[in-house]
Amino acid sequence: MNDKARLADLMAEKAGLVSAIVSRVKSLDEAFAYTLDVCDKKEACQLLPSGCESDLSAGAGALCDAKLGKIIAAPGLPAEAVKALGEACAGRGVGFITQGMRSHLAGIDIGFTIAEAAIAETGTFVLDSRSEELRLATMICEVHVCVVPVSAIRETSFEVEDHLRELCQDAPGYVAFITGASRTADIERVLAIGVHGPLELHILLLED
Amino acid sequence: MQNARDLKEYKGELSGALGNEFLRTAMDNFAMAYRVSRAKAFAGMDVDGLVRDIAQAKDQAMARMDELFEEFKTQAERQGVTVHLAKTGQEANEIIGRIAEKAGVKRIVKSKSMTAEETLLNHHLEDLGLEVTETDLGEWIIQLRHEGPTHMVMPAIHLSRYQVAELFSEVTGARQEGDIQKLVKVARRELRAKYAQAEMGISGGNFAIAETGTIALCTNEGNARLVTTLPRVHVALVGLDKLTPTLTDALRVIKALPRNATGQAITSYVTWITGPGECQSSPDGKKEMHVVFLDNGRRKLAKDPVFSQVLRCVRCGACANVCPVYRLVGGHQYGHIYIGAIGLILTYFYHGREKAKNLVQNCINCGACKAVCVGGIDLPRLIKEVHARIQDEEGHPLQSQLLGMVLKSRKMFHALLRSAKAVQKPVTGGTPYLRHLPMIFARGQGFRALPAIAETPFRDRFESIKPKVKGPKLRVALFSGCVQDFVYPEQAEAAVKILAKHNVSVDFPLDQSCCGLPVQMMGEREASRSVAAQNVRAFDLDSCDYILTLCASCASHLKHGYPEILGPDCEGDPGLAATVRQFADRVIDFSSFVHDVLQVEPAEFRADGRKAAYHAPCHLCRGLGVTKAPRELMATGGLEYLPAEEEDVCCGFGGTYSMKFPELSAELLKKKLANIEKTGAELLLTDCPGCIMQLRGGLATKGSPIKVQHVAEALAERLR
Repeated sequence: MNDKARLADLMAEKAGLVSAIVSRVKSLDEAFAYTLDVCDKKEACQLLPSGCESDLSAGAGALCDAKLGKIIAAPGLPAEAVKALGEACAGRGVGFITQGMRSHLAGIDIGFTIAEAAIAETGTFVLDSRSEELRLATMICEVHVCVVPVSAIRETSFEVEDHLRELCQDAPGYVAFITGASRTADIERVLAIGVHGPLELHILLLED
Repeated sequence: MQNARDLKEYKGELSGALGNEFLRTAMDNFAMAYRVSRAKAFAGMDVDGLVRDIAQAKDQAMARMDELFEEFKTQAERQGVTVHLAKTGQEANEIIGRIAEKAGVKRIVKSKSMTAEETLLNHHLEDLGLEVTETDLGEWIIQLRHEGPTHMVMPAIHLSRYQVAELFSEVTGARQEGDIQKLVKVARRELRAKYAQAEMGISGGNFAIAETGTIALCTNEGNARLVTTLPRVHVALVGLDKLTPTLTDALRVIKALPRNATGQAITSYVTWITGPGECQSSPDGKKEMHVVFLDNGRRKLAKDPVFSQVLRCVRCGACANVCPVYRLVGGHQYGHIYIGAIGLILTYFYHGREKAKNLVQNCINCGACKAVCVGGIDLPRLIKEVHARIQDEEGHPLQSQLLGMVLKSRKMFHALLRSAKAVQKPVTGGTPYLRHLPMIFARGQGFRALPAIAETPFRDRFESIKPKVKGPKLRVALFSGCVQDFVYPEQAEAAVKILAKHNVSVDFPLDQSCCGLPVQMMGEREASRSVAAQNVRAFDLDSCDYILTLCASCASHLKHGYPEILGPDCEGDPGLAATVRQFADRVIDFSSFVHDVLQVEPAEFRADGRKAAYHAPCHLCRGLGVTKAPRELMATGGLEYLPAEEEDVCCGFGGTYSMKFPELSAELLKKKLANIEKTGAELLLTDCPGCIMQLRGGLATKGSPIKVQHVAEALAERLR
């Protein structure tokens, strides 16, 4: 097995251990189709146990009522990809945005991103999050789908250090290491996914 | 948050905590689960090497604290961050209050920061009329309950789902059920609104990286990302100890921190923020960013030759996770703000003597914390040092002063033990236990029978049993320790029997006395040093190859404690520093000597296959790192070894600890004996007379038929 394939397998294994859903895709188009399938299967707002059925205080409830239809957000993609994903979304009747996340703070359905790099030994991907829109999209979405190019996977965090340094030196910088979905064990140490961020994390390993 | 005024009040609170069934069960489950998940997370890694690297890098960084601060400031300010340095917690709070005022802030969201807990930041901001909302789930829960955290990583670990449900019902004005998944979602949606409204976000910082001026944050919930993104002002409150030269240092710590904290390979999010980025809610489209560094004693600590190592702490909370006392009483009784072993130390430096004076006494010295600390901090020793400092500042209690005085004179000490033997008859009732102790000695001691002083101490028996060896293959000098000398001389005799068979000459230097650990534990530094020096001088290093002791506590104190106590800075006798190193090198415990040096074989023993369990003394398995030898010896000696659960958890003896905190000692013993009984063993072996005293006493009180022996006794009995 060559090194690239080994690292991709390791990445898939380790990310799987922290409940990320890992799949392989051969092209960005395939990644878009995958994302829309996920979107189709989930229902707007209530599809995941995001708590809509529970009563909340007036202010928090009102924020939630502002949600409209299904939305995929993909800030920070290259223009070509924006066009392709936008068209794909239109074809399936799903809203598509690349900005304006602040008016969707109650939540959007899917945030779609492409990672800079990845660390196989922990199943982590590295996302340049200096764009506020991108940062918000990956936090307010219920499902985060991230494409990880196989060529960008390294084994350890020290191997992405130089890249991290470049991103930090090119200030202002905001870099995220993301490993699995948002989680907590603050009540009785029982694991609960999706406390503030995504309820599901999908990683698409892109053969490149 | 521990605030007891005196030891009596503190003990009252401890009793209260012991009665909290939910807490006890939660803590037990946690302790058991943590052990497994930590081991799994570190599997296959060179943990010792990683700990060494972290310790070294942190030490180097802390020695350059001021320089790193300047470097960070230069880098961060170049990007438009305002960098502040606060001398005290109050000053830090005032700085942050002024930032809020100037920026016209009304509402603040916070992500978790132990440093903000340290400065009581929320109280200050609320007094200024600001609304502050904690967004880490556990922190939010305890904020709503108006209490402090009980764990550094899991602040609300003391609460049940039903308590949280009740709390959330009040907050939402709607009935919430005790379903954890639902409760988490309620928090998600309630807090989302808070992020949307807040003008300021306050975070802590796991790292302040000087080379790039970056603040790095580790979180699982991702709340820090929202806190640092949505509001137009970001303030990071960071202790000066979080300054680190390079990204490499941070990446290295991240390898260890989550694994040690929760058994995760890495936290869900690691966020690296360099400079104020875009912010759409700000009038100029740009974030206003401040980093407030907190000194509050850290700069002084960095220069302290003894205590500077506490700045290595990465706030993983592991020292609490493995602490048997924390497990019994929970975080509100085991820290003021910082919890666990590190909390006992930091409380003294960050919150003062008054808050620390009771807490520091509640360490049983089992070393479990030291064994898991990723900074390699010598926590038990530093806790004793704090205790000693407080006694030096406040005056020593009569009891410990007396013990110190007595131990400093071997003759007086031994004379006392001999006279105790003479007067104990009325209380033994002819048994080997003290049955009818006057109340003053027996308070709270009913959970175990205490042994009587032996008829003839080992030192008086030695001449008659000394092996006659011609051309010995090895020369051993025996260090008995007080317990084997005066209470259980038969254990030392058993050892002599085995050594004689192997043509080893044995000497027993009569000037030896107590090893000094009891006075060290009580904060009597002067007496501890004096006793240690006497013992080193009592041994003629030219005439022995090994200094053998059957007491794990003595062995680890002699081997690791003495070089610390009598090290190069030792007052009075600089020559002793070199000698003590040689002395320490010769010290060996019984099991290691017999297993590794003598290499005894099954043929030497009459195997009877009796079922035996083992208790691993803290000072043997962690103090000396000896784990294999005694267990293999049991098989060599022809016993069937039945492993027990939590074999290496403290039996609750802890020397003087069990006299000071009998209720806690009794609970630890109860757990230990339950685990032993579950194995179905008829024998219980161990390597420490102190543990034997505790275990035998507990089993005798229960009327259990399980027989407790030193490994030496079990082997000697079976010698062919």
